[in-house]
Amino acid sequence: MEPIDLASLLSDPGTDEPRTDQLERRDFLKICSLAAAAVGLPASAASKMAEAAAGGLRPSVIWLHFQECTGCSESLLRTSHPALAKLILDLVSLDYHETLFAAAGHQAEDALAEAMRKNAGKYVLVIEGSIPVKDGGIYCKIAGKTALEIAKEAAEQAAAIIAIGSCASFGGVQSAPPNPTGATGAPEVLAGKTVVTIPGCPPNPYNFLGTVLQFVTFGTLPDLDAKGRPRFAYGRTIHEHCPRRPHFDAGRFALKFGDEGHRQGYCLYRLGCKGPATYANCSVMHFNEIEGAWPIGIGHPCVGCTESDIAFKVAIHDTVEIDRPTPPDQYPPVGADHGGVSPLATGVAGLIGGAALGAGWMAAKKLGEADEDGTEDS
Amino acid sequence: MTHHAAPVGGPFLTRTARWLLGLVALGGIIAAWRFANGIGSVSALSDGYPWGIWIALDVVIGTAIGCGGYAVAILVYVLNRGKYHPLVRPAVLTSALGYSIAAVAIFVDVGRPWNLFKVPIQFWHWNLDSALLEVALCVMTYVAVLWIELSPAFFEKWKAEPGGALHGLATALDPLVRKLMVPLLALGLLLPTMHQSSLGTVMLLAGHKLHPLWRTPLLPLLFLVSVIGMGYAVVVFEGALSGALLTRRRETPLLADLSFAMVPVGAIFLVLRYADLAFRGLLADAFRPSWLVALFHLENVLVLAAMLMLLSPDGRRNATRLLRAALLFLLAGGLYRVDTYLVAFDPGSNWHYFPAVPELFITIGLVAAEVLAYLWIVKRFPVLAGRAGAAGN
Amino acid sequence: MSKIDRRTALKGLAAGGLAAGAAATGTGARAAEHERPEPPPDAVGMLYDATLCIGCKTCVVACREANGLPPERDTVHGGIYDAPIDLSAGTKNIIELWRDGDEWSYVKRQCMHCLDPACVTACMLGALQKREHGIVTWESSLCIGCRYCQVACPFEIPKFQWHEANPKIVKCELCNHRLAKGQVPACCEVCPRGAVIFGQYDALLAEAHRRLEENPDRYVPKVYGEKDGGGTQVLMLAGVEFEKLGLPDLGEDPAPELARSVQHGIYRGFVAPVVLYALLGGVIWRNHRAAARDGEDER
Repeated sequence: MEPIDLASLLSDPGTDEPRTDQLERRDFLKICSLAAAAVGLPASAASKMAEAAAGGLRPSVIWLHFQECTGCSESLLRTSHPALAKLILDLVSLDYHETLFAAAGHQAEDALAEAMRKNAGKYVLVIEGSIPVKDGGIYCKIAGKTALEIAKEAAEQAAAIIAIGSCASFGGVQSAPPNPTGATGAPEVLAGKTVVTIPGCPPNPYNFLGTVLQFVTFGTLPDLDAKGRPRFAYGRTIHEHCPRRPHFDAGRFALKFGDEGHRQGYCLYRLGCKGPATYANCSVMHFNEIEGAWPIGIGHPCVGCTESDIAFKVAIHDTVEIDRPTPPDQYPPVGADHGGVSPLATGVAGLIGGAALGAGWMAAKKLGEADEDGTEDS
Repeated sequence: MTHHAAPVGGPFLTRTARWLLGLVALGGIIAAWRFANGIGSVSALSDGYPWGIWIALDVVIGTAIGCGGYAVAILVYVLNRGKYHPLVRPAVLTSALGYSIAAVAIFVDVGRPWNLFKVPIQFWHWNLDSALLEVALCVMTYVAVLWIELSPAFFEKWKAEPGGALHGLATALDPLVRKLMVPLLALGLLLPTMHQSSLGTVMLLAGHKLHPLWRTPLLPLLFLVSVIGMGYAVVVFEGALSGALLTRRRETPLLADLSFAMVPVGAIFLVLRYADLAFRGLLADAFRPSWLVALFHLENVLVLAAMLMLLSPDGRRNATRLLRAALLFLLAGGLYRVDTYLVAFDPGSNWHYFPAVPELFITIGLVAAEVLAYLWIVKRFPVLAGRAGAAGN
Repeated sequence: MSKIDRRTALKGLAAGGLAAGAAATGTGARAAEHERPEPPPDAVGMLYDATLCIGCKTCVVACREANGLPPERDTVHGGIYDAPIDLSAGTKNIIELWRDGDEWSYVKRQCMHCLDPACVTACMLGALQKREHGIVTWESSLCIGCRYCQVACPFEIPKFQWHEANPKIVKCELCNHRLAKGQVPACCEVCPRGAVIFGQYDALLAEAHRRLEENPDRYVPKVYGEKDGGGTQVLMLAGVEFEKLGLPDLGEDPAPELARSVQHGIYRGFVAPVVLYALLGGVIWRNHRAAARDGEDER
């Protein structure tokens, strides 16, 4: 899958400058359809999205931050084209977001309570960051309440819960052993509720965008795997979609950073690439709308940031066990077939052999007749 | 009842000879290509089938056919049947040529022939576990013995030419050779016994790659018994053909008597083959239908057919039946060897072998060379029991 | 024709024939009480664990580089660059795939460095021999290119350069050129999963058994090469039957045992040929004398 080049659409024609004026409806539609396609929604979704946005139907989004670095928010908003961020903000009503809010303190908290009350049962709850549970959760408190309390309270009336980033999905870097704060992912804390997880550190913003767009447009959540990850983004391992896979299959590996193999773009498995064990779509959906802007693409092995077993637990340069190495289609089999036999040779040999035998057989007859005719006795 | 051998005479470059020369030349060109570009460039040999018709046909069957001298020598010098004496020289000639052509075939077949001289000379490197080494050493020695055994035929002619270049050499060497004849003959009987049986042992090392019907510790004995029968068959074949085509001499009665030897030899062969199967518990397998099983039985049926044709004295004296029986026995022995070396050899992993066209033409060239050499020698030297004034083909 | 002569002659022939036959069957029986060949005291080897192998083929590439072999031209499906389909004169080591529906296993094929190699028994001048550490190596000056080793090897290992005017026999030699410099074989050095490891033979055999004991469900309960064909210095573990992986069922007799015992049975001490020669010489001499006495013109 080619990465989507939205960049070209979001620039003024003939330049790379971002659009300064309001987005025209046609462009708006174009962007909607591209975004929809990027996350696997049908073409009809685009017009529906546009209608919804134009009709002012913008679902409330409450975005909570806990133990996090805000990288997930940044990855969403720091796209190379601010207009896209604007698009998101046009499609949804971001009613609480600590990083983006101008307000602070009691004002901000009042806004949160108000948003939850006004949109009860209808808002999308986005959780960014892990929730510490040790010692009653005192290791993360906002406005005097523990993260644990805030999360549980907000989850009560949410129409959909999305945990964005590895921290919210399974604990993230905070949960690296010895995990002193008991950092936990949202699904575990909110056990019993459906929590969509979008792991990654940070995740590709389009994974989040696609999920939100689908919910906003159709009111449904995408197909999820056992860990709550949307299958459209987390259904395959990096290894299965990696452009360097042919090097792996042929046994060509970079053994040290900067060596010949590394310069040639060989597979990074020997440097500790976790691609074979990591479910994510980074290999097909690069970052910042720049082709090649993803870890393996720039020559660093995947660190498995979407996987709770791997991220921040397995050393970056330790090779990972490949659980079910799917052999490529073209692999030398046991008992390879070694070609056939020349039909020409068979024909020639058959002719000669047959002729010789036949001649001998008939010569015997001739000899017998000559004998009977009574030639000289010896 | 001795017959003096005499040169057949007549021109050498007949039309047949020209055709044969052409085939030899073609084989030579292909061989030159082989030496320049590697064995794979002219043959279908492969890592799965490293041995092909050059080994199985030219060497294994070629030397088996070259055991006419051996078979006749048993009759004449061990069993003391002097009446077959006139058959000795032509048989020894056929043997000498057969073995010499086999040696050329080996030179073409081995990949690094420049090391061949080390085989007889560097005895400190000999691997005495290798049956093939024993075959190589015996064959090298036997080729020399055969030509020495044959040398009186050359000396006879050269001695009769007082002004000739080789007159002195012939006069000097002839008595020496005659003095050494008994130990030479004994050697000429020992050596084929050794290496023709070892040609069977050679294939035992193929282990599970050789089909169980052929993979028996009796391989050396079976090869030996069959080669003795083939020797008699060759003598009959060669005697009848040269008699009909070259000397115009009716050799049938003598050959008919000799051919009876194929009967007990064939019987021993058949008994050994099936008794061996019974002893190894494979009789049931030998009747499960398959192409290989069919070939196994075909080898034996051909022997039986030859035997039956030769049972009655009248049958033997019928020149047609005699020659056909000899052909059948040769076919049987040849098939047995081709099966042991090629058909019943399965290296696994879907390898296939059938000789390539250039490969076939090297074999054909070698056979043509042998026939040509035979014709040249019998026309010039006293080998065949001649008839004064007889004009050859 | 003297009856005495004929009887002697027949006796001689019979004796010779029976000796050959008896020796053959006798040694056939003797082969049953095989002795297991001993590994040399400093024997090294490899242990390949198919359950750890991920089929990445780094070992195939590393072997090619370490041995200076050119890229392969006989490739899978004919179209892929340098993707060997089998061992050959250009490929000393290969990973093959066995697949049956959802089950699969990789297998590494290279010279097994047998304890009693058939190729060594075959080789006329000893070009192929077990040399240092029990590694089977090939010496070009002693090779005539007869390819008997290819006929003999039960694992189909020695490969021949069919398109060279100066052809060689090519096979894995356990990177003995690297061992000399204190390095391990290239394939063992690069394997990312430790699926193939190098070491002292005894230690590897012990390790193989340890793995079988600790993970009985993971493996077929056998160390291939411990006894197969008399034992090999390359040992294999797998999770599927070895025959599926192309490793033949050779029994415990050394591969060359039968052929060797038949050959030695017939020729032990060179007694039989000498006796036969003496008998033949005697008979021929007696006949010759009798014929001379009878006034017949010999030859």
